[in-house]
Amino acid sequence: MNFWVIQGLNGLAFGSLLFILASGFSLIFGLMRIVNLSHGAYFMLGAYVGISAMAAGASFWTAILIGGIAIGALGAVIERLILRRLTGQPLAQVLVTLGIAFIIADACVWIWTGDPRPVPMPRELAGAFRVHQLAFPIYRLFVIGIAFALAAALWFLLERTRLGAMIRAGVDDLNMARAIGIRTSVLFPVVFCLGSALAGAGGVLAGPILSVYPGLDTDMLPLALVVVILGGVGSLLGAFVGSLIIGFIYSYGQALFPDLAYMILFLPMVLVLTLRPTGLFGRQAI
Amino acid sequence: MNPASRPQAVLALLAIAALLAMPWLVTSDYYINIATQVVIAAILAMSLNLLVGFGGMISLGHASYLGVAAYLTIYLSTHAGLGSLASALIAIATTTLLAMLFGYLALRASGLGLLMITLALGQILWGIAYRWASLTGGDNGLGGPVRPRPFGIDLMNPTAFFYFTLIFLVLAAWLISRFVQSGLGQSLQGARDQPRRMRALGYNVWMVQWLSFVFAGFWGAIAGMLYAYYHQFVSPQALHLTTSAETLLMVVAGGTGTLFGPVVGAALVVILKNVVSAYITRWLMLLGVVFVAIVLFMPEGIVPGLRRLRAAMKMQPASSARSALPVTEERPT
Repeated sequence: MNFWVIQGLNGLAFGSLLFILASGFSLIFGLMRIVNLSHGAYFMLGAYVGISAMAAGASFWTAILIGGIAIGALGAVIERLILRRLTGQPLAQVLVTLGIAFIIADACVWIWTGDPRPVPMPRELAGAFRVHQLAFPIYRLFVIGIAFALAAALWFLLERTRLGAMIRAGVDDLNMARAIGIRTSVLFPVVFCLGSALAGAGGVLAGPILSVYPGLDTDMLPLALVVVILGGVGSLLGAFVGSLIIGFIYSYGQALFPDLAYMILFLPMVLVLTLRPTGLFGRQAI
Repeated sequence: MNPASRPQAVLALLAIAALLAMPWLVTSDYYINIATQVVIAAILAMSLNLLVGFGGMISLGHASYLGVAAYLTIYLSTHAGLGSLASALIAIATTTLLAMLFGYLALRASGLGLLMITLALGQILWGIAYRWASLTGGDNGLGGPVRPRPFGIDLMNPTAFFYFTLIFLVLAAWLISRFVQSGLGQSLQGARDQPRRMRALGYNVWMVQWLSFVFAGFWGAIAGMLYAYYHQFVSPQALHLTTSAETLLMVVAGGTGTLFGPVVGAALVVILKNVVSAYITRWLMLLGVVFVAIVLFMPEGIVPGLRRLRAAMKMQPASSARSALPVTEERPT
């Protein structure tokens, strides 16, 4: 009994991290049709920047902010200088973001060396939450809370604001959105910057759970892809449900079949693709 | 033979002659080994180009076939005790079956979706190789097959092995070009440019693409078998995203949709990698920089670029005005 509850909560926590990663990826892909293969690298770079900020004396909370702002700014620069020139060329965009991912990954090894870095937990959230004989780390509960708050905030942004309405219009039919006067030249950088910032801040937030190591980027990127394929392109709800499904499968799989956990992660994607190519909540095929 | 392909055939013969003469021109085993690596990489890149260049299907999981065939070749011949011919045949057949499955899954989507699915499927295999250590040796990899001795020829000799791989490259170039010119290959290119029109004309676009996917997987498996014999070792690195990306870079750098672009791209990437690793360790960063530079400054690749240059010098308009990077997006409405 304890096993199932604890692993369930672990799954929820891992799924929460995935959601923070995948929501940004899904927003960018849904609106701009860019498969941002740098997204995993942004996540890892954010975590390293957070570590350095903490080493320089910043608190954990400031570090999250710094990670988010730094990676958001980097995303804005890359959008401005490179991706904008490649509008309408999906393969070129994919190759460029893949190249940038390699550059970032290697730069991280260069600057922060190849050793895994543990990330200290904020003191306020250390320790465990106890009910009866169950003990669960407070930090993980906090991460779950953040993900739900983020989901609510993104829902509000997309469904209740003017910016959100423009983004939804762009996701549904980009040409029509342009035709009715939505300025995608303003919308694209905003969304790319927001998605990148989410990845950067998510990296710092994930640090105490995953620790930070070279290869974290290529570990996380495929998971973001799987979540998006599973949930359906451009669907926030899909990213949310997909993240939780993958989170649970990872957690139980890791505990029950440690050798095969990584493979099991991808089974739901295979299953969903076979039965429902649009994903669980997607309206258009990828 | 149409007039456009005659210079190509001449070029091909020249290239083959140059490759055949390689071991006389350079006597050092080091360079012959690099040439062998180029040949193996070229077979893999050619097979990927079938998808990317002629099919408009951008796969980011092409290392799957290389890695799986390599693992199987080594596992079957050393750990399961099969003969080298049986191991190679089973490895190639099984990998081709895998391509059938991957093709079935990846072709649920098109364009960017296909790219994401192939990437994710490739990472599954990497995960298995890395984590299922009892079977694959994990990070330590699998080693130990000695190169076979067909007809008493010792393939441990670098020159002999170079010629051995060259046979496969020539076969690959010949059969892939035959495939591209066949009715099936033509309909593949039709499906790349006008999928909806091809469907309306009564072509089974899915089947055409799937068969091409499987054919490409087969040649990827051949490359994997040769890779296993060359290195006599395989690690999860063979299955990693970086390997898939390097192969895609060979295709894009050389020129998508050309027969010899991938060979030029393979030579470029393998030589660059060997030269760079002798001086600095930042291969991954250089790979990234080359990716970005190619896309920004030479999107059409080397071979079409040279062809255009030649056409410009003759004051003729370039023969192909098609956009260099295939646009694969087909948004259902």
